[in-house]
Amino acid sequence: MSNLIHNNAIVNDEWTTVTLPAGEEVVRKQAGKVVMFKLTGEQTCTPEQIAATVIPENGKIIVPLSVWLARKAELAPRLAKGELGIWLATHEVLESLIDAVDDINQLPIIAVFVERFADGRIFSIGTLLRTRYGYKNELRAFGDVLRDQLFFLKRCGYDSYLIRADRSAEEALASLQDFSQPYQGAVDETQPVWRRVQR
Amino acid sequence: MYKYDEIDQAIVDQRVDQYRDQVRRFLAGELSDEEFRPLRLQNGLYIQRHAPMLRIAVPYGTLSSRQLHKLGDIAQRYDRGYGHFSTRTNMQLNWPKLEDTPDILAELATVQMHAIQTSGNCIRNITTDQFAGVAPDEIIDPRAVAEIIRQWSTFHPEFALLPRKFKIAVSGTRQDRAIVQAHDIGLEFYYDEQQKMAIKVWVGGGLGRTPILGSVICEHLEWQHILTYCEAVIRVYNLHGRRDNSFKARIKILVKALGIDEFRRQVDEEWQHLKDGPNTITEAELARVSQYFTAMPYENLPAHDAGYDSAIASNPAFAAWTKRSVHAHKQPGYRAVTLSLKPHGKAPGDITSEQMHVVAGLAEKYSFGELRVSHEQNVILTDVKLSDLYSVWEIARANGLATPNIGLLTDIICCPGGDFCSLANAKSIPIAEAIQMQFDNLDYLHDIGELELNISGCMNACGHHHIGHIGILGVDKDGSEWYQVTIGGKQGNDASLGTVIGRAFAAEEMPGVVQRLIEVYLRERTDEERFIDTVRRIGITPFKEHVYARQEDATHV
Ligand code: HEM
Ligand code: SF4
Repeated sequence: MSNLIHNNAIVNDEWTTVTLPAGEEVVRKQAGKVVMFKLTGEQTCTPEQIAATVIPENGKIIVPLSVWLARKAELAPRLAKGELGIWLATHEVLESLIDAVDDINQLPIIAVFVERFADGRIFSIGTLLRTRYGYKNELRAFGDVLRDQLFFLKRCGYDSYLIRADRSAEEALASLQDFSQPYQGAVDETQPVWRRVQR
Repeated sequence: MYKYDEIDQAIVDQRVDQYRDQVRRFLAGELSDEEFRPLRLQNGLYIQRHAPMLRIAVPYGTLSSRQLHKLGDIAQRYDRGYGHFSTRTNMQLNWPKLEDTPDILAELATVQMHAIQTSGNCIRNITTDQFAGVAPDEIIDPRAVAEIIRQWSTFHPEFALLPRKFKIAVSGTRQDRAIVQAHDIGLEFYYDEQQKMAIKVWVGGGLGRTPILGSVICEHLEWQHILTYCEAVIRVYNLHGRRDNSFKARIKILVKALGIDEFRRQVDEEWQHLKDGPNTITEAELARVSQYFTAMPYENLPAHDAGYDSAIASNPAFAAWTKRSVHAHKQPGYRAVTLSLKPHGKAPGDITSEQMHVVAGLAEKYSFGELRVSHEQNVILTDVKLSDLYSVWEIARANGLATPNIGLLTDIICCPGGDFCSLANAKSIPIAEAIQMQFDNLDYLHDIGELELNISGCMNACGHHHIGHIGILGVDKDGSEWYQVTIGGKQGNDASLGTVIGRAFAAEEMPGVVQRLIEVYLRERTDEERFIDTVRRIGITPFKEHVYARQEDATHV
């Protein structure tokens, strides 16, 4: 059973998410504790990893931003066919994605990878893509995506959620209905409550 | 005060349902500890030393009698018959059962209360000063703005999982009593040269293990733009604040790393896109919310009351209480009254269920059914007639709520410390109690005059020790409890952080150390000086010498 929610329904995933080959994961420590988050803008993959990334010959693919940046020439025909999307992780700089394509809406899908539930950068990234950069196509959250983020993700412009494999997408779907009237304007409902209804 | 409409009520009710289901999933093993943690935290539930601790929001410190009665009932039924008011004007219950917390929240929802965003890495309870709406030095009643910010920040989707907690304070008076400089964002209302109301925005203040006073990021903001401007600030923080180390994750660290000028540049750039957008506050919305905070139906009263004056003249105990607990009011014939939650020898800020009902009753009878909580951890009746003060005092006194120590040394601000908190280095409540007993002589206490003494059980600084005139911090030395002393801290427009006087002390030394600090003050002060003024004038050296001289004597004998 698929764990992908798109437009409020559980659907099969027609995209293949291309990942970088495992590199050497340097465990960083600070005061004896493992450092858990990557800092904004931090470089986390090597040219070797990018070069070694295996791109499937056919079908729709979502490639890492770093791979797109380094292997544009090779991948451009796939983009032209509408079979290429790009994903970035929350610590990557959104502007480098914006600069990497002529028109952001050439991309049929953008996916944002969140390594840890508690990483709220994903919300600002979605909001900026939808509001600042006018992105209109599918916007997907994947990684440590659980039902309790969905309501917020939706309000920040995401319409596609790949629920973590060990959790039920069906239950997660229900949580999109947790709240009826939000107070503040955000991406999905731009007007704050006092502009929407006579209070 | 603000009254919920169906929309507000639905949000709180739906939150209870959502939380009930989260607790169910946790108890059924469907959610791991790590996954449940951010969820319970956003509902005010900590897991502490003995039991869970539930923190209930008291938005900008305002409560109705009905709400306080309910809190009294809840503390009785689900806890051990008392609650604790925190320095962020929330109420904490120290002994609820996890399984009961959904029911507690459901009960709170019936009186328009909740525990939403009282902890966790999100925008927390908005605070202001306890005299909002009645202060003679008022520029604006900040509660309407605070309520608008409360609603906007409730489940703000973009800021649901920030790098760290985020605290916003609003000051609407000339004298800042909301400590705007010690908050992540501080909004300070003032009149500009054209006598137009404007806001000075402070950013990046905070105490904790890296105490920093805020910097001014915007000198002149108009009220319409509060929400969009805050969005710009918090967005820059959300994207770029550190998430690798929770000790370095507050906005103050980012502001310091970038420098205020670069931080301001980034915020302004962001704000250009948000300014005048949909979240811009309209006149209509401000007016809608403000109607809940209009002046009480005051009687037209003379500025003096003969009965009150003669009670003061004839009853020294009453006179002593009025001197400390009765505050100026913008309406003639009315006063604000602070009920002390600092009786000597008890945990500062604690209030029993019985007392909650008494206070709620007092407010019903004498103060339009409303009351406030202060960050000094006391409760306030804001609108009492002069002619009623004596009756209020009698009832308060009979219930242990009239210790005449407001603003004095024993009005100690204190965190729960090692008795309850699992992060503590040392106990704080017993230190507060021992100091209170040392200064139990009221005449002496009044002679010492205004003094703020703050105690935190660890560097998280929940007791605001950095801005205490005397600050006490629990530290751990090889597994035993020690206390470090700072002097010269201050809240207000001329806020400052205290300076450490020297090596730490053992618990039993503490009352003596405070005594010695006071001795220097009494020796050095001029007629007009408060403790803090003397410290600022003569510096810490004389204090240090006197305190440690005694130490030396002791060891040399
Ligand atoms: C017993 C449970 C409590 C726990 C586990 C707790 C934990 C913490 C922690 C970890 C911080 C530091 C956060 C940071 O600097 O990023 C903090 C700050 C703070 N706490 Fe608590 N706290 C507790 C109770 C209280 C109480 C009872 C009060 C009020 C009396 C309080 C008031 C504050 C305030 C005002 C700060 C902000 C200091 C600042 O500006 O950085 N806390 N708390
Ligand atoms: S200051 Fe430390 S000991 Fe006191 S409540 Fe805060 S975290 Fe606990």
